[in-house]
Amino acid sequence: MARTSRKANRRHPLATVLLIAIGLVVTGGGYALLSSTTTATADTSATSQETIEEGQKLFAANCATCHGMSLEGTADGPSLIGVGAAAVNFQVGTGRMPMAMQGPQAMQKPPQFTDEQTAALAAYVASISPGPAIPDPSLLQGDGDATNGGELFRINCAMCHNVHGAGGALTEGKFAPELTGVAATHIYEAMLTGPQNMPVFNDDNLTPEDKRDIITYLKYLENNPSPGGVELGSLGPVAEGLFAWIFGLGAIIGLMVWLTAKSN
Amino acid sequence: MTTIERSDAPAEVAAPAPAPAKSGGFTAAAANYIDERTSISGVVKEFGRKIFPDHWSFMLGEVALYSFVIIILSGTFLTFFFQASMAEVTYNGSWAPLKGMEMSAAMDSALKISFDIRGGLLVRQIHHWAALLFIAAIGIHMLRVYFTGAFRKPRELNWVIGFTLFVLAMAEGFTGYSLPDDLLSGNGLRIIDGLIKGIPFVGTWISFLLFGGEFPGTAIIGRLYTLHILLLPALVVAFIALHLVFVVVHKHTQFAGGGRTQKNVIGYPILPVYAAKAGGFFFLVFGVVALMAAFFTINPIWNYGPYDPSPVSAGTQPDWYIGFADGALRLIPPGWEFVWLDHTWSFNIIVPVLALLVLLGLVAVYPFIEGWVTGDKREHHILDRPRNAPTRTGIGAAGVTFYAGLWAAASSDIIATHFQLSLESVTHAIQAWVILGPFLAYFVAKRVCIGLMKKDREIVLHGYESGRIVRLPGGEYIEVHEQVDDYERWKLVDYEVYEPLMLRPNSQGKITGSARLRVRLSKWFFEDRIAPASRTELEAGHGHGAAAHDEIEGPGHH
Repeated sequence: MARTSRKANRRHPLATVLLIAIGLVVTGGGYALLSSTTTATADTSATSQETIEEGQKLFAANCATCHGMSLEGTADGPSLIGVGAAAVNFQVGTGRMPMAMQGPQAMQKPPQFTDEQTAALAAYVASISPGPAIPDPSLLQGDGDATNGGELFRINCAMCHNVHGAGGALTEGKFAPELTGVAATHIYEAMLTGPQNMPVFNDDNLTPEDKRDIITYLKYLENNPSPGGVELGSLGPVAEGLFAWIFGLGAIIGLMVWLTAKSN
Repeated sequence: MTTIERSDAPAEVAAPAPAPAKSGGFTAAAANYIDERTSISGVVKEFGRKIFPDHWSFMLGEVALYSFVIIILSGTFLTFFFQASMAEVTYNGSWAPLKGMEMSAAMDSALKISFDIRGGLLVRQIHHWAALLFIAAIGIHMLRVYFTGAFRKPRELNWVIGFTLFVLAMAEGFTGYSLPDDLLSGNGLRIIDGLIKGIPFVGTWISFLLFGGEFPGTAIIGRLYTLHILLLPALVVAFIALHLVFVVVHKHTQFAGGGRTQKNVIGYPILPVYAAKAGGFFFLVFGVVALMAAFFTINPIWNYGPYDPSPVSAGTQPDWYIGFADGALRLIPPGWEFVWLDHTWSFNIIVPVLALLVLLGLVAVYPFIEGWVTGDKREHHILDRPRNAPTRTGIGAAGVTFYAGLWAAASSDIIATHFQLSLESVTHAIQAWVILGPFLAYFVAKRVCIGLMKKDREIVLHGYESGRIVRLPGGEYIEVHEQVDDYERWKLVDYEVYEPLMLRPNSQGKITGSARLRVRLSKWFFEDRIAPASRTELEAGHGHGAAAHDEIEGPGHH
């Protein structure tokens, strides 16, 4: 965990200073999920009867209380009919499911299951309730057209997630999470399945190539820190104003006190 | 330290003669050459001996001035490369994720400045950070002037000039924020367009006039550029000059202290001490701004991309100084817009705009209001400590609270996400704060001031608690009180209190409505007051102290 927070510090030293607790939780969680899910997609094609059976056991033990023994849903959780493997991989792989408690939306947290268990759950759900599948790795390499991706991102995503993917507020305590540090698979699956309060961007709306371009753009932003220096959380003028008042004017007032104190 | 007499006393006799010039040398010869041709020594003698009192808060105005100089220098560099044109071009610069995008020449050149002109990004960031600091320094300078009562006669007009500078600076900032024609600035302009269109009857006409047609049109960037680099800076420079002329004419105010009166200024002369300090301070301010610009991103237009009227990013906010206007808009509940007499009445816009105009108007005329209420026609060169004017301080605290509420409302979404609150509760909490907060702040600040004045009086008359506990022979424990020294005492006793005006008939023997209002306001201002310790009281206190040099006071005295 210490390593995680140091990495977060390197990215956003001021975000941590200004927004201490939340910054750490969000980036720390994001990092944890990045490291835990990169291999999850590789072995999904090889779904044997054995993994499906293992998935069924895991489902019955961990998910069925809310989602029902045959995915039909209960008063506490929605039906999973037709969700497919992609939704399971996103929700379980990012730690959102199983939920710790009911709330405005499922919170991201360290995943409860290993990659194999997540894959087994996804295989089980897909086997009895087919739906969008886990995306092909060729779409997740970040080698598309960043310009097109950037434009699509600003038009379709930035209104909730902010132009730099820093996240933003929705109504009634819901929010669009930060996208920095999110695995390409999960970004793709989120667009495809519309988790929590997110709309679905199906393949007629954004083609697989468009989704690839958006991922390319986000990965470009992630891998190319701002040429202007520390990004202050990429939150825009509020963070800049706070910084100018507290650190800029603060430093200058400190100098003023020093200058006038010397003469006395 | 040098004392300088004010203009109504014999001019500046107290100043010792400057050190005799050393004969010979290139400096002396050059100075003599220039003096024989320009008679500049008279000016140097006059201005070089101007006295400035020393207090850190007196340098806040300087910070604003220096930020402005930095803005002019960096802005000049930017004009060499910026194209104020909305002609469409295809971006072909160094920032990969925008390559091949259609954008205006303004955005294209702003990106070129950022990535393809050597040092361009640094200068752009210096310009923007300095702009934020410029207006912040003006704001905090205004607060200093307000809370110390430095706006009183004869400085009321200079307060108005300073207020005008504050408004001009906001206009400068906003026009500059709009120039790069990126998504953020376009969204900001769209809000201004909406504000203008919300004005009944004439709004739409004004909007079309300003934008040269329907928003956004192709004219606005060029027009804003003319305002930003020609008209507004010229006005700012003119008003700064006027502001400084008045500072010279009035001489600087000072806090109360030994030897300080309404007739003198005690401090250091401009030459050499203050010139060196102030000159050095310019470079310190420049250094701070340069460090901020070198290490911290501001307004990354490459993330926002070119303006397109359809997308709006989460977290779209104006720069901090327009935040109070954005916040006012965000706080209006839904449903305040209706059609009446065949016109749309957007009270969701009219009400916040009026509220802001009233707020700014009250700030502008406050010195005249207070002057009228007190009826005081004397000059004031000794500053008030904020506690010694409790009602004024209370009003100021209320104003700051109101402004801060509007300001916070502009970041309601960021408060919601970062403190994991719901956006609606944040908005409702700030609505309550904006309405109730000012009253609470007024009462709390006023009571704190009065409490501090009581404490000051107590300290002057009975000494301060030394922290030394003594056990008396009878077994009683008491704390030893000690007297403050003479310099400290000046600060504690040298202030004035007003008494509420009496309602009297005027020369025609009538009691007018305005006289009643004035008396009522005067009562509100000055009913609660703590008089400074008088000479008699002080002497009584001293006699008491002299009787036992190590003054010992039991709790019964209080």
